[in-house]
Amino acid sequence: MAEARKLKYDEADLRTLTVEDLDALEIGAGILGTGGGGNPYQGKLLALQAMKEGYEMKILATDRIEGDALCMSIGGIGAPVVGVERLREGREGLRCLRAMEDLIRAPIDAMVCEEIGGANAINPLVTAALGGLPMLDCDGMGRAFPEMQMTTFSIYGHSSTPSVMCDLHGNAVIFSHAVSEVWHERMARACVVAQGGGAMLATAPMQAHYVHQYGIPKSYTKAIALGEAVIRARKAQEDPIAAVCALEGGRRIFNGKISDLKRHLRGGFSVGDIELTGFDDCTGQSAGVAIQNEFLIFRRNGEVEVTVPDLIVLLDVDTGYPITTEMLRYGQRVAVVAIPCHDLLRSARALEVVGPAAFGYPEIAFSPLPALAQTAA
Amino acid sequence: MYRVGVDVGGTNTDAVVLEGKSVLAGVKASTTEDVTSGVLEALEKVIAASGIDRAKIAAVMIGTTHFTNAVIERRHMDEVAAIRLGLPSGAGLPPMVDWPDDLRDIVGNHGYQVKGGYEFDGRVLSPLDEDAIVRIAGDVRAKGLKAAAVTCVFSGINDAMERRTKEILQEQCPGLPVVMSKDIGRHGLLARESAAIMNASLLSLADRTVTAFGKALTAAGITCPFYITQNDGTLMAADVVRSFPVLTFASGPTNSMRGAAFLTGIKDAVVVDVGGTTSDVGSLSHGFPRQASTTVDIGGVRTNFRMPDVFSIGLGGGSLVVNTDSGVTVGPKSVGYRVRTDAICFGGATLTATDIAVASNKADVGDRALVAKLDQTLVAAAMLKINQMLEACVERSRISSTPVPVIAVGGGSILMPDRIGDLEVIRPENFAVANAVGAAIAQISGETDRVFSLIDGRTRETALAEAEAEAREKAVAAGALVETLEVIEREDMPLAYLPGNATRIHVKVVGEMGAHHG
Repeated sequence: MAEARKLKYDEADLRTLTVEDLDALEIGAGILGTGGGGNPYQGKLLALQAMKEGYEMKILATDRIEGDALCMSIGGIGAPVVGVERLREGREGLRCLRAMEDLIRAPIDAMVCEEIGGANAINPLVTAALGGLPMLDCDGMGRAFPEMQMTTFSIYGHSSTPSVMCDLHGNAVIFSHAVSEVWHERMARACVVAQGGGAMLATAPMQAHYVHQYGIPKSYTKAIALGEAVIRARKAQEDPIAAVCALEGGRRIFNGKISDLKRHLRGGFSVGDIELTGFDDCTGQSAGVAIQNEFLIFRRNGEVEVTVPDLIVLLDVDTGYPITTEMLRYGQRVAVVAIPCHDLLRSARALEVVGPAAFGYPEIAFSPLPALAQTAA
Repeated sequence: MYRVGVDVGGTNTDAVVLEGKSVLAGVKASTTEDVTSGVLEALEKVIAASGIDRAKIAAVMIGTTHFTNAVIERRHMDEVAAIRLGLPSGAGLPPMVDWPDDLRDIVGNHGYQVKGGYEFDGRVLSPLDEDAIVRIAGDVRAKGLKAAAVTCVFSGINDAMERRTKEILQEQCPGLPVVMSKDIGRHGLLARESAAIMNASLLSLADRTVTAFGKALTAAGITCPFYITQNDGTLMAADVVRSFPVLTFASGPTNSMRGAAFLTGIKDAVVVDVGGTTSDVGSLSHGFPRQASTTVDIGGVRTNFRMPDVFSIGLGGGSLVVNTDSGVTVGPKSVGYRVRTDAICFGGATLTATDIAVASNKADVGDRALVAKLDQTLVAAAMLKINQMLEACVERSRISSTPVPVIAVGGGSILMPDRIGDLEVIRPENFAVANAVGAAIAQISGETDRVFSLIDGRTRETALAEAEAEAREKAVAAGALVETLEVIEREDMPLAYLPGNATRIHVKVVGEMGAHHG
């Protein structure tokens, strides 16, 4: 450990996160979670504890690291219901990092985020801080999706094995090879049950040039800016929803009250439908949102208007805070904001994995939200 | 036989006498520092006003915000040991990690983590480290801590380690009160642990307070049993509160909503409790308040008590009405309890929501002549604003699109229009003492909320039946009549993201109190 490692980046390019940045990231990651992705609260507590102990969380742009640098992504896997009772030990991610370095007999240079939406935005930051590594400012989804094979890294050809899965007891499991990403997902789910319902999983390292080419860029700076915009607008008593739209090229497509709500679990995932009755400029209109862990399809008066992988975000009309699928309830007044997803999620190859058909809507074609040059102010 | 309900609030102590379904009398007295004299005054007043024979009182039910206020004001809390069984899990998040610094300091920040705990399917996570518990006991003696709170990972599935820890602590520190988290909270470690710690630190206050209530009753010559209302609108025997003060935390809004239901005979409604500064709005379903699904903040600490889903807005009888460039605003600033001196209709100089209600002929308090000179456009605009605020929060609290009535209670409910959107507004008699009425009619409950492993032939159906039997057993043990028990909540939730072999089940039953004949 003591020998000096040659850095593949310039330390002057690192941005060190503050407590305020973490507060903003919690909100921003919630917005990009499009209703899913899990609650970042416990991850934030772990990050704050790490900061108190003197660890630093640092962000690095993907074009400021050498192309052959090795980057590893990491995420939590398991049941959120178990996670709120049996808390993580805190160093599972660090053990994944060390086990991976042993396995490939090479040091990891930087960490990568799989999913900026929800809890997995903060988990890898803690690992990076404990391991003394920078966090690359990008992710594999630009939002939240329910399964591992749905990252741009996997979609564009990176195989996520060999991977390492560590639990709080100290067990480390290596998946040396999976014949497909779906097989990897399936085996990891079986393993996490034996490990007590929660673990951290690190996937096969990637070279930085691949991450730069296929990662969704600037995820952390975007998520933090989104959270900051909400906090600032609330302080200034301005409209936080307008602030969110202005930043992400999004638009407020509906104002409505939840007039019906159906939810159930199917194959371990939360599935359902929301109906909205419009108010303000939407009075007289109705809308529907289909849920599968995340918000997937938005319909106005029965017509499909926005679909996955574009982002459908529900925000509390008054506070601008994101609403997750567990928080939905009859009578809530929500603003629906549509945000265009990154072009990397819109290719034919990506749509096979994350388009409407991949979630069981073969009859719906993805029609991309047009990019907004300027909001008609 | 009669039932007496008492509500001990921060400012007022209210009391009512009920005979069957009718309210014989309702009175208000001031809350006092010693609690006893305020309760005694309210009891004497209400007995006099109703003219009843005090020997025929079957039971006294007391609702109180005393313990909630202690946490919010950071008063009367003891230093306690906070022991968690679960290492290596949670190593990075010690007890009280998400508490405000001042509150953590007040309870002494004595957090301990030792090996122990269970997995979701009942396997042992780590064997209990009994030597560590003995060492902690030594520390408790050395520091002179007043109580201990013990929280074990998945104690909802198996409470053996929490019980064993209590046993060791009490062997080592005879007489030390030990709170076990399985008796206090539900699934969700940090929130349950926080509740257990707060409970431990309130034990001596609880003891003093229950003694004060008992003294007031004895002084009033009342010898029947007395009960205290808990968060869900049901009762605990007074002595149980000495051990579980936190279970009263949300009884205030619960009692006012249950009282509203009783006074009107309506079981499904939206209840608006309009005070001087704020209005609390919640939904009644089958006569009980709808519960919040998310965590509830008490004095800055996240807890997962089942509490009514109450939404508060800054609108009350004393809310300031201000004419600004961008339109009329009402609240959130308020003259509060000074409305009877400061409002224009009472001869004061501040324009309040009450003045607007009087000027629009909606209410008849104070002197109408004093508000006659108000600008009629301003009055109309303010009234419109008040109606819009009430309508928005009532809409937010509705459970479904089925029209239900709106019940207005509280001193400020003169602000309420006769209709809100498509809903009819009802103002019951005795609306000002709805809290005490809610206490008087409280029932007894039993509850189970834990994760069941579906193994060894246990199916979802048999697990549901097991959970219900447990809940019934708890209700009967708490004093409910077995033949009156009914299930009011039953839900099961398969654990998401895991193949289906475990499910979390929550069942609650309620029934009438057994000791009717005193």
